[in-house]
Amino acid sequence: MSSPLALDVADLSKKYGDRMALSHANFEVPMGSICGFVGPNGSGKTTTIRMLLGLISPTTGSGHVLGESITEPGKYLPFVGAMIEGPAFYPALTGTQNLTVLAKLGGFATDSIQGLLDLVGLGDRGNSKFKTYSLGMKQRLGIAAALLPNPKLLVLDEPTNGLDPAGIHEVRTLLRKLADSGTTVFVSSHLLSEIEMISDYLVMLRLGKVIFSGKTSELLAKQQPVIVAKPEKSLDLEKLAQLAKAAGHDAIIKDGAVHVTGTSDFSAELNRASFTAGIVLASLTPVRPSLEETFFEMTGE
Amino acid sequence: MLNVVRAELVKLRRPSLSLSTFAAVIFVTSLVTSLLFLLVDSPEGNGERGIKIGRDVLSLPSGASLSFSNSAGLLGIVALCIFAAQTAQEYTYGTLRNLLVRQPARMKILIGKLAAMKLFAIAMVTLSAGLAIALSYLLAGVKDISTTAWSTPDARDAALRGFINVLIATIGYGIFGMILGLLFRSPISAISIGVIWNLIIEGLLSAFVKNIDRYFPGQLLSVVAQGGSEKISYQYALFTSYAFLLVGLIVVAFLFKRRDVAN
Repeated sequence: MSSPLALDVADLSKKYGDRMALSHANFEVPMGSICGFVGPNGSGKTTTIRMLLGLISPTTGSGHVLGESITEPGKYLPFVGAMIEGPAFYPALTGTQNLTVLAKLGGFATDSIQGLLDLVGLGDRGNSKFKTYSLGMKQRLGIAAALLPNPKLLVLDEPTNGLDPAGIHEVRTLLRKLADSGTTVFVSSHLLSEIEMISDYLVMLRLGKVIFSGKTSELLAKQQPVIVAKPEKSLDLEKLAQLAKAAGHDAIIKDGAVHVTGTSDFSAELNRASFTAGIVLASLTPVRPSLEETFFEMTGE
Repeated sequence: MLNVVRAELVKLRRPSLSLSTFAAVIFVTSLVTSLLFLLVDSPEGNGERGIKIGRDVLSLPSGASLSFSNSAGLLGIVALCIFAAQTAQEYTYGTLRNLLVRQPARMKILIGKLAAMKLFAIAMVTLSAGLAIALSYLLAGVKDISTTAWSTPDARDAALRGFINVLIATIGYGIFGMILGLLFRSPISAISIGVIWNLIIEGLLSAFVKNIDRYFPGQLLSVVAQGGSEKISYQYALFTSYAFLLVGLIVVAFLFKRRDVAN
């Protein structure tokens, strides 16, 4: 990567007792991008984020945030906004008061608070106590808190948890807007489908190990398009699969249909061959697998 | 560090905490003052642990602030609870991670928190002092106790000394609460252990084991609040109790600085 880096880690590990929460991780995130940080629950995402924010110390390895070593978080945290492992606030304080605590602590102007509440859709609930918020509202307040320092780097851990589809869409739009204005966004999720649309880069973890790190487009290139062919009679499934294999394509029978690896160009050829063999197709659909499916294929799940 | 103090004051000023604390202070001070004056002629005693404080003592220049000094132990318990809860809640709410992202210098967080809670303790003690003196005048009239000596320069000196001693003791109890909060990372555990230790364990052992109260921080802070006792000098109580607290603070500060914030 030639562009300046917002994040880079080398051989970063964290061990708790005998368990490696993160094992020799290496990845880089360029400035101004949206990087999806993906992995199943317990794969080490939050541990990594905590190390990047100076909350826990690595067992081995090194890392840099905005060019500064993670051993000196005081040098970069004033320019970093973060929400880690869900929103954590004081239940008896209002949304505005909670943000005031963090603004005063960081030495930021408190007059930006109402604007941030408006931005995340909590403009009219700033004076309600945090304990009265729904999960979605708590997430929104967490995002507002992360935006307090007008950050160069925004680190969000599972920010769409508890949000409805409209809320998820709003968060995606907000993150894209922030990235377009130069903020680097490092966003974790256990659901790749939630962030694949907006991520320029992806870092994928599994069992504490980085299994993919790079441009989303590179992962897209690994996707194998599939044609799903469903014969009218289920008795023809095996015969249809053999036809595809005879044409040099991988084919498996799944959910009452034959899944053939190949681009949509092969659809017409398969249709013709089926007709010649006396198989009537009820449907023939070229499908592009989601990144999630590609991910599961890579991780062997 | 000033930013930490400002941030902490936002939390301490919240009505659910400040109003309930001040209500507790008013209750404790009113109770101790009322008992001191209204039971002045009672053979059961009217002071701490059944001590009898007569009209002659209450008529002295120190009489106006005596009930305030007697309230110190209970004020200390209130401070212990506040300091312990304010410290340990950061772990139970998970808000410590937010604080450390905004202020990664952990010692600044700790010192700023302590400074803000000391300001809160000053407000508590000031309220208690004002209320105790006002009530003392009122109840002295009811029980026909002379207040002539209460407006002399000696009385003002005694009140000022009492205020400083009670403040030192109250902050000492608070620091003890903060140490427990950092150690146990749970408000309920910290408060219950602190209160049980101070009110029951120290009290019981002091009653049964001779001179052991010379080594208990709670007992020593109580002596500080009284300005010294017949058995333990003021200087000994002050330096020994704060030496204990200093050692405790150093230990928990080390833990706070080194521990991973994983919750």
